[in-house]
Amino acid sequence: MSAPLTSLDRPNSYIGRSVPRPNAKRLLAGRGRYVSDLRLPRMLYAAFVRSPHSHAKIISIDAGRASALEGVHLVATGADLAKICTPWTGTLDHFKGMTSAPQLPLPLDRVVWAGQAVVAVVAESRAIAEDALELIEIDYEDLPIVADIDSAREAGGPLINPGSANNVCFRSQLDNGSVDDAFAHAAHVVEEEFCFGRHTAVTLEPRAIIADYDPAAGALTVHHATQTPYQFQDLYSRHYGLPEARVRVIATDIGGSFGMKLHVYHEDMAVVGLSILLGRPVKYVADRIESFVSDIQARDHRVRARMALDGKGEIQAMDVLDLTGIGAFSSYPRTSVVEGNQVIRLIGAPYRFKNYRATLEVIFQNKVQTSQYRAVGHPIACAVTERLVDMAAVKVGLDPFAIRAQNLIADDAYPQTSPTGYRFEALSHQACLKRLHEMMDYDALRSEQAELRKGGVYRGIGIAAFVEITNPSPAFYGVGGARISSQDGAIVSLTPSGEVRCLISVTEQGQGTEAIISQIVADQLGVAQEHVKVITGDTEVTPHGGATWACRGAGIGGETALQATRALRRNILEIAALILQEQPSALDIIDGEVVDAGTRNQRMPVSEIARIAYFRSDTLPPGTQAQLTVSQHFAPQGYPFAFTNGIQGCSLEVDVETGFIKMLKHFIVEDCGRVINPMLVDEQLRGGIVQGLGAALFEECRYSETGQLVNGSLADYLVPMPMEMPDIVIAHIETPTADTELGAKGCGEAGTAAASACVLNAVNDALTPFDATINSIPITPSKVLKALKRF
Amino acid sequence: MIGFDESLLDDADETVRVRFTINGRKVACEVAPRETLVDCLRNVLELTGTHAGCEMGACGACLVQLDGRAVHACLMFTVQADGARIDTIEGLTESGVIADLQAEFHRRNALQCGFCTPGMLVNAHELLSQVTRPSREDIRDALSGNYCRCTGYEAIVDAIDAVAKARIESGGPT
Repeated sequence: MSAPLTSLDRPNSYIGRSVPRPNAKRLLAGRGRYVSDLRLPRMLYAAFVRSPHSHAKIISIDAGRASALEGVHLVATGADLAKICTPWTGTLDHFKGMTSAPQLPLPLDRVVWAGQAVVAVVAESRAIAEDALELIEIDYEDLPIVADIDSAREAGGPLINPGSANNVCFRSQLDNGSVDDAFAHAAHVVEEEFCFGRHTAVTLEPRAIIADYDPAAGALTVHHATQTPYQFQDLYSRHYGLPEARVRVIATDIGGSFGMKLHVYHEDMAVVGLSILLGRPVKYVADRIESFVSDIQARDHRVRARMALDGKGEIQAMDVLDLTGIGAFSSYPRTSVVEGNQVIRLIGAPYRFKNYRATLEVIFQNKVQTSQYRAVGHPIACAVTERLVDMAAVKVGLDPFAIRAQNLIADDAYPQTSPTGYRFEALSHQACLKRLHEMMDYDALRSEQAELRKGGVYRGIGIAAFVEITNPSPAFYGVGGARISSQDGAIVSLTPSGEVRCLISVTEQGQGTEAIISQIVADQLGVAQEHVKVITGDTEVTPHGGATWACRGAGIGGETALQATRALRRNILEIAALILQEQPSALDIIDGEVVDAGTRNQRMPVSEIARIAYFRSDTLPPGTQAQLTVSQHFAPQGYPFAFTNGIQGCSLEVDVETGFIKMLKHFIVEDCGRVINPMLVDEQLRGGIVQGLGAALFEECRYSETGQLVNGSLADYLVPMPMEMPDIVIAHIETPTADTELGAKGCGEAGTAAASACVLNAVNDALTPFDATINSIPITPSKVLKALKRF
Repeated sequence: MIGFDESLLDDADETVRVRFTINGRKVACEVAPRETLVDCLRNVLELTGTHAGCEMGACGACLVQLDGRAVHACLMFTVQADGARIDTIEGLTESGVIADLQAEFHRRNALQCGFCTPGMLVNAHELLSQVTRPSREDIRDALSGNYCRCTGYEAIVDAIDAVAKARIESGGPT
């Protein structure tokens, strides 16, 4: 541990210990309770007719035969739901000038992507609902299709949203320092155009929702596989005109999310309306084919970027144009421009230069929406920056490690403000770089590479430094008008038998939120972790908060739990002091016992204090009211984001005959501030890296010229599987944030942020003898062979 | 029912009686011929530990043991399983045959969301009953049809590797 010692580093502290997740045993026994598993009394099932066209006018809908089918309870169109649901618009005020058309659960007269839900059927089983779909006849009239970025930008070309001037959703520009001057005087300039395909989250459990409207109570309960129950409570309440307190959203076990399940989906909003129309629970679980055409997709960027350097290899300036396609709408309520915004602001972030110019253009197309998915914008920014740094290294004649050592911001130079406006409290790029060099045994890898090349074996070594955004303040969404909280809340109680219950607004998706919260509570109170029960994910039970996204669970949720627990501890010690006739400051709690702070001699169990307070308050001094339930809210202050940093490295082998790439080993040195549970942090990094490797090598939503997704199944869309993935070596540097007592920052994006950049650099390194380069992700065998002019 | 229109009944309403042994108990149920085994297990028998991830045999979330071998429950119709012995994650847990695998998965956090985990365990159990000393490569290869989006697989490989070694040390498969 490189972090300074504090009260959190007491002997036997739970902070910094690799304890297993208490809630994982249920999942291992097949006793998870996912939304797709739930069945409520009188529950009905929804299915949707989807548009086969990527852009068309709806001429007529004939649902007569479907409505008549035995077991069908309702067939609903866009017009039916529009009567009870107000439209939503995916814009945020702080993105000046951004536009997006209003959206409804189902379209009224026009479809804008192939796969868009058009008509809903509710029936007694999913099978009957699907039978009914077959009986619905819809007449469409084709409209001109805008399938790619270039045709969307053509002046006078077809428009996706009638009445708009063009297909641009948002434009943004950054210009700091004197970029033109820096390029004019540069000794070296490197330039490249990069393409990043669309990919998608492919959570193993697809989207799942049960809406249960009770007309007698005027109350809506939604069992929703989401990260953000509070956000959806607010949205269902406002768009269906229900009082907020009558809307309850329960997020139980969830089979993966990674950002994908925190957006508003048309089907999900429709299911709420269908339940209101029927007064019965309605369930919808997307099947895999539906997931591919309706889950948000990610990336889809074309970036032209150049970098200026002086004669010694000092980076002087960068100049960037990012064009990104987002589908026909900006998603709601977080929009589809956050990714592009983060791309242009994260580019160059690890480096010291001051002259930076970037243009972002966010463009509509007739495809499903793109929006936030794990490591929003990071992999694009990292790949563009790190590839240019490697190209510069070649031009200047420096090793990849040497050029980074020369240009990465020095570890003692903080605080720093990036040329894109990000404020960094304290990062550790140089320490991470040094550690990676040792960990990879870099010099040995290079000599092995040289040796193998003589025998026609082409290995590549790549490294990539990154900056990660975590612990977002209201600067993320709140300032833009979105009702998405940046604060979290916790209610911590001492139970009558002396155990602890913590209700907290951060949610669990398997990353171990409940485990780390129980570690923090146990640690701060002085009780065993098994005596702490953590409850998450129910808006009727847990306090309102942001929940879990953008790496805020540990940093913000953890601090909330810490502060709530410290307040409870003070209250417990006050009662203990009254009983023991001591000063509270003379007492401490260790292992569930109140002890003398100095001698650690046991005085009385915490359970005895609970017993007295709950059942024999008559024995306490008059006027004493024991407060054994404490609630606390915490919103980040100080820096708008807690940035983290790290660096990844990899070694791989390219088969120049087949174009196949074999990952040999992957490395990461990561600094997420204080590590609460090293095992869980390592697992976040590993999982994140493998998602990044999927994007680097396999994953791409491939579209035809007419906007049809052509590989929308798990047989056709390639995901990383066990045999293709390498072992991953991990090391940590710890630079806690001083903005909180806990000092924790996030770690969920770090793995994904730089994995594809690493692979891009390594593949280009492997192809050096052939004078072949690759600038497009995913790096498929055919792209390798094309680069080698063998295909 | 008054006014019931017989003509609205179609093939989908016909059911077939199927009998099998599930987790050691004899079970009979009426299923539609088109119903897959995974749907029957989950919806009719409420054994929701078996998951549906892709419904085309690519992801491994629906693996169960059928007559002792790992089988994709999404690729079989229920009627095809007539007379079979089926063991799901619930039964394998109760009988204790995978207790060491479950404990090692837990200790190493070889799961996050847990949705792939029952299928992973069924496949790991299958591997270790076929191969006593699998290499890490063998383990990765055996899991090549089990998709996990969360973990990056390494902890899963480590856990299976550790259990294989522990079983050898304790004198063979448990």
